[in-house]
Amino acid sequence: MALQRSDVEGIAHLARLAIDEADIPRYADNLSAILDFVEQLRAVDTRQIAPLAHPLEMSQRLRIDEVSEPDQRDHFQQIAPAVESGLYLVPRVIE
Amino acid sequence: MHQMTLAGIAAALTAGEFSSEEVTRYLLARIEQLDPQLNSFITVTPEVALAQAKAADQRRAAGDAGPLTGVPIAHKDIFCTNGVRTSCGSRMLDNFTAPYDATVVARCQAAGLVMLGKTNMDEFAMGSSNETSYYGPVRNPWHTDAVPGGSSGGSAAAVAARLVPAATGTDTGGSIRQPAALCGITGLKPTYGRVSRYGMIAFASSLDQGGPMARSAEDCALLLQSMAGFDQRDSTSVDRPVPDYRAHLNDDIRGLRIGIPSEYFGDGLDPAVGAVIERAIDEFKQLGAETVPVSLPNTALAVPTYYVIAPAECSSNLSRFDGVRFGYRCDAPHNLEDLYKRSRGEGFGSEVKRRIMIGTYALSAGYYDAYYLKAQQARRLIRDDFTQALTQCDLIVGPTAPTVAFNIGEKFDDPVTMYLSDIYTIAVNLAGLPGMSLPAGFVGGRPVGLQLVGRDFDEARLLNVAHRFQQHSDWHLQTPTQFA
Repeated sequence: MALQRSDVEGIAHLARLAIDEADIPRYADNLSAILDFVEQLRAVDTRQIAPLAHPLEMSQRLRIDEVSEPDQRDHFQQIAPAVESGLYLVPRVIE
Repeated sequence: MHQMTLAGIAAALTAGEFSSEEVTRYLLARIEQLDPQLNSFITVTPEVALAQAKAADQRRAAGDAGPLTGVPIAHKDIFCTNGVRTSCGSRMLDNFTAPYDATVVARCQAAGLVMLGKTNMDEFAMGSSNETSYYGPVRNPWHTDAVPGGSSGGSAAAVAARLVPAATGTDTGGSIRQPAALCGITGLKPTYGRVSRYGMIAFASSLDQGGPMARSAEDCALLLQSMAGFDQRDSTSVDRPVPDYRAHLNDDIRGLRIGIPSEYFGDGLDPAVGAVIERAIDEFKQLGAETVPVSLPNTALAVPTYYVIAPAECSSNLSRFDGVRFGYRCDAPHNLEDLYKRSRGEGFGSEVKRRIMIGTYALSAGYYDAYYLKAQQARRLIRDDFTQALTQCDLIVGPTAPTVAFNIGEKFDDPVTMYLSDIYTIAVNLAGLPGMSLPAGFVGGRPVGLQLVGRDFDEARLLNVAHRFQQHSDWHLQTPTQFA
């Protein structure tokens, strides 16, 4: 599986990653090599095999839907890049 | 003092031979003097350490001490530490002061353990050589041109160089066991769910597990005792009593059935490493254990399966780093998409970006069944191999890594070759089982690790078997000359 420049650009966009133009050929090579490597899995007959999502096959523990954590907004926002009046600031989305 | 184990320091504190403040000051000075050669710490925390040490001395004076109160350790910089930078080895979190403690950190603190600092690691725990850290590579104390292994390379190097008696680590595909092997120390990856993942920065959530790294099995038992146990805040934490790990260390191992998987001794294993492992197996036989040939026929699938599942989970977990709420934000973003893309593009290093892209691809429309579902099916085959083998034996023994420590730069540009250095450890994470690495000898002056793999929640047996081995060998007592 040889990824083209456009494939790498498409994947980087889906992942919301800016990558340098100059690095694209190297990513294409590395990612293609990794995908070639995992291709080995195709040779395995897994038709009768149920997928394993949790190594011990335990189901998700449930709890009552009630508030269990105190409000720590101010504490958590101390490390935010930009906040105002308790809101996180990002570039204008609606003109 | 730096040659003392966790157990030795605890005993000396109890006997009043020195105070926690004295041993803490001694090790802080040693880190300051020697760590520039290794780069094993990202952050040293003398203020926190001395405050905790003084509090520990007061607890001891008041008769309120636990077994490890006042003993210094270090935490891998993946565990959130309230008020202390938690970088995860990444530029993305270079400015991140954690606003809360991980459960592991809180438990260690409650036990009275003193934190000396935060150890270096591969960025977001993605690496097998500690070369992907934003803070630069860690050097192996046995040979400073060599890597210490990864991702818990800083913890392994610091313990091997006697800068700390023990440290925490995390293991997603071998990140405790492989660096333990390459640095000649003892490390344990517990059963999935044994140690809380709360506050441990997530890489691949169905594989990640924290555990102890120390110089002996006894010390791993002591530290695991402080780390393990049910935690309401981790949805995959297992609610099951924690046994007394130290109680069974000296149990007799006569009659123990040790499974030897032929697949772990084939192509790819350095014959010199294989010979060291064979000698260790003979040692177990002399202790009364018997060997049983077992087979793990799907061994070759483990690394490819992992390199679908781990990147898929990582691409999802790392989507939280968006430059909005915490962590790195790019300069002057001109719109929201630019803010996301450049913050992530500039904040993450190239290995992390590679894995996010592989995961994104594997989970994208049209490819999910071919990659992710297929890998989950292969994962079951791998787990079934172990389940079957462990009906024929009490534990499985083999090499931890196929070679001794390689040199810095040697594999850095070839991800697939790098990934294969975890070939014997990765399957154990996929199967969720406990695994351990202990020193078994040297090849060309570089340490070789022996891996033990047990049944679910059978940590006590692994520690027992490792301890008995260490009672009859001195590999774990060897110290790199420069750090003796």
